[in-house]
Amino acid sequence: MTGFAVEANFALNVALLLMLLVCGIAIARTRSVMAAILLMSVYSLASAVWLVVMDAADVAFTEAVVGAGVSTIVLLGATLLARGQIERRSWHASIAPGVLAIGVGVLLVYAATGLPGFGDAASPANAHVGRAYLEQAAQDIGAPNMVTAVLASYRGFDTLGEAVVIFAAGIGVALLLGFGPRAQLAPPPEDLGDHHVVLRVAAKLLIPLIVLYAFYVQFHGDVGAGGGFQAGVILAVAAILHALVFGLRETMAAVPAKAARTVAALGVLLYAGIGVVCIINGGGFLDYDRLFTSRIEAMIPANLLGDPAHEHHWGQHFGIFFIELGVLLTVAATMVTIFYGFAGRVVGGEAKR
Amino acid sequence: MPEVLMWIGGGLVIAGTLLSLLGAGGVLRFPDVYTRIHAASLTDTGGATLVLLGLGLVSGLSLDTVKLFFCWAFIMLTTPAAANALANAAYGAGHKPRIGTFQIMPADKDIPRDDGPPESGAPEDGSADE
Repeated sequence: MTGFAVEANFALNVALLLMLLVCGIAIARTRSVMAAILLMSVYSLASAVWLVVMDAADVAFTEAVVGAGVSTIVLLGATLLARGQIERRSWHASIAPGVLAIGVGVLLVYAATGLPGFGDAASPANAHVGRAYLEQAAQDIGAPNMVTAVLASYRGFDTLGEAVVIFAAGIGVALLLGFGPRAQLAPPPEDLGDHHVVLRVAAKLLIPLIVLYAFYVQFHGDVGAGGGFQAGVILAVAAILHALVFGLRETMAAVPAKAARTVAALGVLLYAGIGVVCIINGGGFLDYDRLFTSRIEAMIPANLLGDPAHEHHWGQHFGIFFIELGVLLTVAATMVTIFYGFAGRVVGGEAKR
Repeated sequence: MPEVLMWIGGGLVIAGTLLSLLGAGGVLRFPDVYTRIHAASLTDTGGATLVLLGLGLVSGLSLDTVKLFFCWAFIMLTTPAAANALANAAYGAGHKPRIGTFQIMPADKDIPRDDGPPESGAPEDGSADE
């Protein structure tokens, strides 16, 4: 029975990787930008499924939402902005890039042969610091999900860097494309009527559920797969879906562009602020053991939350909670800002919805 | 008894997979946008229903069953809505359904045929309502 299970897993891996290969070749071969974007969406979805098969649910979440969802919409928005035509170039022009691409591909395949086997316990990544994390995390941090423990506490500084990178990306897009609509958005046409009634009803049902799911992913991140990044993009998807179905004007009334970029900055501020609070209370930057002063920690009942044997579990728990909240705010608001930047542009006096 | 349920469930999963495969064939072979959407959406919901029902029988009554039910509910909610939106967009973009046994209707001349290579038909789809 176990032999069969392993073979089924192998077959699944091969099938999904073949799908990725076919998608990649199709993307390279198609001459239509729209088809390429949609194929990239399919590629992301297939790779998300593959990541689930590889037990990387956290990454699969992000890939499915960002790769297959948000980036597709943003790219489609970008094609609406760029009214161009594809020139057919002679094949001479593509010799040098082709050789370069094949060379890099060969190098990557060659490098991949040097990687340790999947799940190899003796590989350097799993033998040294990874093993230390696995052995210590339950005692040090008390979060059942090892990924959250490493991401939010041991490597909290790296994660702050990631949040800042996302914030900077949002700022960059906003500076290039503007923070929102440059001109007044056109009012929705009067005869919208019941043309899209099915879509509107479905979206109205789905949007609250998407938001609820985002909060589940956020607050369940300590225990299961998920966390601020995943929840943030799911939350942003709710706003983007609203804009796609009900029009950007309606969404901007609900989530103003100004509020979005303010919240994006607030998230980073919250994250970094937690680090500073830890410094003030006598620890290092983002050292959640010192999030609360010893006076407050003395007031907390020992067995209220998490592992009572662990000295600072309360500080660790709330440190992770707050920085994940900061990540959620930054990611969600930045995604919405980027979307507004693309969707709110006006081409030739005609407002895009 | 669980043995029987397992066989029934497995059979339903295989039936659902075959139905989805049939839908893929329909998407490739049917003559115009609307029949293709029809093939895709019907087999999508039907095949998923059969697969999820089969998986529910195999897994027995547990938390997994509830999750499968939610998956099913979402598929039943989203796939028909997506098919509707797609058909709406195709109609908005001026695609006419092909009626009868005509190869190309006279009014269809200026509309790119959908069974051509992707660059001819694809850009019109979805761009209006996506």
